[in-house]
Amino acid sequence: MDAPVPPVAAPTGRPNGAPDREVVIEVRDLVVGFGDKVIMNGLSLDVYRGEILGFVGASGTGKSVLTRTILGLVPKRRGTIKVFGQDVDNLTPEARKAMERRWGVLFQQGALFSSLTVRQNVQVPMREHLKLSQELMDELALLKLELVGLKPEVADRYPSELSGGMIKRVALARALSLDPEIVFLDEPTSGLDPIGAQDFDQLIATLQKTLGLTVFMVTHDLGSLYSACDRIAALADGRVIAAGPIETMLKSDHPWLRSYFHGERARHLTAEAGAGR
Amino acid sequence: MNRAVMDPVANVVVERNGAEARMRFIGRWTSDQAAAVEAGASKLTAEAQGAERVLLDLSAVERLDTLGAWVLDRARSEIVARGQEAGFVGLDEPKRILLHEVAYHEFGLKAPVQHSAVVDILSDVGGTVVGAGRDLVGGVSFLGSLVAAFGRMLVNPRRFRITSMVFHLEAVGFRSVPIITLISFLVGCIVAQQGIFQLRRFGATPFVVDLIGILTLRELGVLLTSIMIAGRSGSAFTAEIGSMKMREEIDALRVMGLDPIEVLVAPRILALIVALPILTFLSNLAGLFGGGVVSWIYGGISQEVFLGRLRSAIAFNTFMVGIIKAPFMALVIGMIACIEGMAVKGSAESLGRQVTSSVVKAIFMVIVVDGLFAMFFASINY
Repeated sequence: MDAPVPPVAAPTGRPNGAPDREVVIEVRDLVVGFGDKVIMNGLSLDVYRGEILGFVGASGTGKSVLTRTILGLVPKRRGTIKVFGQDVDNLTPEARKAMERRWGVLFQQGALFSSLTVRQNVQVPMREHLKLSQELMDELALLKLELVGLKPEVADRYPSELSGGMIKRVALARALSLDPEIVFLDEPTSGLDPIGAQDFDQLIATLQKTLGLTVFMVTHDLGSLYSACDRIAALADGRVIAAGPIETMLKSDHPWLRSYFHGERARHLTAEAGAGR
Repeated sequence: MNRAVMDPVANVVVERNGAEARMRFIGRWTSDQAAAVEAGASKLTAEAQGAERVLLDLSAVERLDTLGAWVLDRARSEIVARGQEAGFVGLDEPKRILLHEVAYHEFGLKAPVQHSAVVDILSDVGGTVVGAGRDLVGGVSFLGSLVAAFGRMLVNPRRFRITSMVFHLEAVGFRSVPIITLISFLVGCIVAQQGIFQLRRFGATPFVVDLIGILTLRELGVLLTSIMIAGRSGSAFTAEIGSMKMREEIDALRVMGLDPIEVLVAPRILALIVALPILTFLSNLAGLFGGGVVSWIYGGISQEVFLGRLRSAIAFNTFMVGIIKAPFMALVIGMIACIEGMAVKGSAESLGRQVTSSVVKAIFMVIVVDGLFAMFFASINY
């Protein structure tokens, strides 16, 4: 965006010594709950333009809930959420629609429309939001499928005929179909084999470089955190307990973070990362 | 903050310099400018006509995305295909990477094979006939495995899932009592009103009691109940089993060594077989009551006269004809619902299709079975 960025007194989420980069998602003092259960309790988080933010937390701490709250699918009790500097609560329906065109979402289960073919799935946002010739839409759909590493033959299959990894890829192609500025990925590599997951990480990184994407990625995959993410935010007790690059996570004293990043599975990754440097 | 409104549209300025044409692109070549991008690209190929060298200058492009890059590279390759020289200039690093990633190429997809309409219709008809045959075979084999499952339960009663059956008994039986008694009451009223209205012309008003009694007990009660249950519980069974099929829950049962017929189908069908005669009985009562009320208010037939005539018009066999049919209706409805549920494939659309076809087939079969019973009872003079 060309408008100057208002200085934000960020209590959390800002990396140490990071330059004043543009904040594209700003969450402040968020409270979300269902019934008696409070999931988010005063959560604050910043996501900067052009970064890949990995969002970690134990199962059931509400990582997906945060994503869904930012997207407006879950009502919040308190707090503000600003995306592209606009408060999501004070949007006219047109502005809201314009904002939705600027983000893409990959849901955990893919959420492909089962009655449409892969090609039609990828074309849904184009058809709704853009005026394009059918020929160009077909080409673009095939191009997006190719970008996410799928063969053109897949285009005329239905989602029920795809494997889990292919569903994720098609869902990513659909999320990217309008060339969004932010993509939300909810556990993109869960259910993929390690090679597939690695490819996926590389794909995200390439797309982020070429398209200038901002990526908000909920993940459990340590490999993704090491290889793809610029910054990591950790969620526990309804708050962001730490945010920063992987080194910050490794230094943290929080017991959950210690067991997460110094556990059996993390150790060899840390060793590899150390050797690589 | 809405950039789509603020920002300049995608456009192209052409500078001719002898044999060289320089296309200077300005604005945002992105998907929110899609229409302008497509128009700009066709203008570009048209304007490039006649030039030997075409330079595509992107230095003034504000933003480029995959759509813009694809359209531009497609235009470039079209110009090259005409035998002209064409290339991009003024690229910064991100744009270069993007154009490299999104290089134009054919996808080499085969066009779908076209069939003639006649062949399509014939193959549809053939497919439907084969499908109907498969349905019949599938139904018989399903009935066989159901009977086998009941047999196993009789031998080993511990396999019988009483909790599940009681749960379904509540859902299909108890919870449908209000609606079934209500519609039966209303239909009883309507039949009585019409009967009185027509019979009055012959001075035969009291015979309306015979009409209501025989019609309700023999046919109406069981038909209304069966049709209501087909719509209400048959659809629910198909949807439940179908969504379990979609989420691989049925496969999970199988690999754990549990028979889905025993676990899911048998309790549902047994619950239906128990519930339907009871509901039919209640429906009979409600229908007779409705008829009695209208006969009294509209036809002036007092309760004593109504009951007296009713007693002489119907016998125990009139009641039994209706009740005997009920368990068979239950079996038909339950089997169709469960077969359709098992036939659900992966998609939500297929679930919807199977639920519809479950209800339609069940109601159709209920009426066919009722007709068969009518012929049977007539021939044995019951």
